[in-house]
Amino acid sequence: MIELDRVTRIFNSRDGDQITALEDVSLSIAANEFITLVGPSGCGKSTLLRIVAGLILPTAGTASIGDVPVTEPRSETGIVFQAPTLLPWASVMENVLLPLRMMRKMDSGSTDKAAALLKLVGLVGFEGKSPRELSGGMQQRVAICRALVHEPDILLMDEPFGALDALTREEMTMELLRIWGEQPKTVLFVTHSITEAVMLADRVVVMSPRPGRIAEIIDVKSARPRSFHVEGNTEFHDASRRIRELIFGQKHVSASRTAA
Amino acid sequence: MSAQAAPPLEKAPRRKAPSAALYEVVVPLLATALAFLVWEVICRSFKVPGYLVPAPSDIWKDTMAIGPTVFGHTMATLKTVLMGFAVSILISLPLAVLLTASPAIASAVYPFLVWTQSIPKVALAPILVVVLGSNELPRIVITVLVAFFPLVISSATGLMSVPPELIELSKACKASKWAELWRIRLPYAIPFIFAGLKVSISLAVVGAVVAEFVNADAGLGFLIVTSTAFFKVPVAFGALIILSLIGVVLFQLVVIAERVFFPWSSGNTLVAS
Repeated sequence: MIELDRVTRIFNSRDGDQITALEDVSLSIAANEFITLVGPSGCGKSTLLRIVAGLILPTAGTASIGDVPVTEPRSETGIVFQAPTLLPWASVMENVLLPLRMMRKMDSGSTDKAAALLKLVGLVGFEGKSPRELSGGMQQRVAICRALVHEPDILLMDEPFGALDALTREEMTMELLRIWGEQPKTVLFVTHSITEAVMLADRVVVMSPRPGRIAEIIDVKSARPRSFHVEGNTEFHDASRRIRELIFGQKHVSASRTAA
Repeated sequence: MSAQAAPPLEKAPRRKAPSAALYEVVVPLLATALAFLVWEVICRSFKVPGYLVPAPSDIWKDTMAIGPTVFGHTMATLKTVLMGFAVSILISLPLAVLLTASPAIASAVYPFLVWTQSIPKVALAPILVVVLGSNELPRIVITVLVAFFPLVISSATGLMSVPPELIELSKACKASKWAELWRIRLPYAIPFIFAGLKVSISLAVVGAVVAEFVNADAGLGFLIVTSTAFFKVPVAFGALIILSLIGVVLFQLVVIAERVFFPWSSGNTLVAS
């Protein structure tokens, strides 16, 4: 479904330096696969996401979706950001419909579709409310509806639960699994939370910083549908431990090197 | 953006809060009346000469004596203020869109904007009268020159205040620049635009009076110039009070317009910036 072939992205910083955000990243993602990207800050996770979204272009290498190279945003991709970024003046319903309006794809069934999505995320009766009246978790649910309303086949999520409190975050993780179960999509999910990454993913892509590369891809074999019980499984523990080794182990290695 | 809705308040015995109307209307009016009273008392007890500082009662008496004339001058000034304000809006909003459209346009236009602001308007006024003729036009031009700048700047700031994610979303939707402007950027700018409008309407009154000082046969600025020339100081004070009333009323009208048409906007500037 998504093919990344030796994708490299270099940014020019203001003082003229070149920063390699991504170097030689190759990744192949199957249709309806749930991929999470974990890694420390500055490892190019968000850059990778934006390349798949077509918002920025790779400096070298190609990203393609269904054998078509991504050179501009495609309309069958939905995006959820860390902040809900809902329009404060518009109702919940209008916020969900925004992408359709922007794409000029509104039709008679659009409102029903949006209402069905709001029902899916448990926000029946909130259609006419203002985003201000909603809690952070509810706002992010609306943002998820907004990303799904144009029926994308790919869902890109950039730390969508990063701004939520820990309890809401766990609740939303389970919610997302349920939504994904009902509406299977290819999901690329960026996170800083190892637990979240393992809980959600078919495969966890662990990235290392400066330059951003794939350190390892870890299969999570826990059976679906998953619940909080999964956290007790050995598969879950093994995957989590391996990710921690990859992220924090490297730091210790480099620290001892500089010490010596 | 609180994570949880506020818990329902316990039925604790709360002190009945005085209504907002009390603070917003009654208290300021009482304070104003008191200030005028003190003014009156001081003028009378110290026998301040009327050609220096007239007592409020004398201002009222002398101004009312030529009531219809004062009304005519008020209408003339109001016309200049409102036309100048309207032209300011018509110029400023497209200009703000243009400024934010591309860095090249911004760097080309900004020097001219700053230049118009660095010229003392009082110095420019007589020249404009020569260039544009002795009619309403130079007065409106002066008013616009005084009033439009803050509106352009705050509108441009507003248009740039949109969260980058929403611009990315708009790009991801392949939305046209027009749709992005109309559905995202402009509504986001509304609180900023109104902040600019509030400054702009107050400055429009200043601009109109400056223009009337230089060239007019009517208007409250003209009335102040002519009445002081004949030592009719109470009338000049009357004109001054009417001018400040115009300023306050027009400012409040802008505030009310924002509350009525964009209820989500008021108090949103802090959140947005």
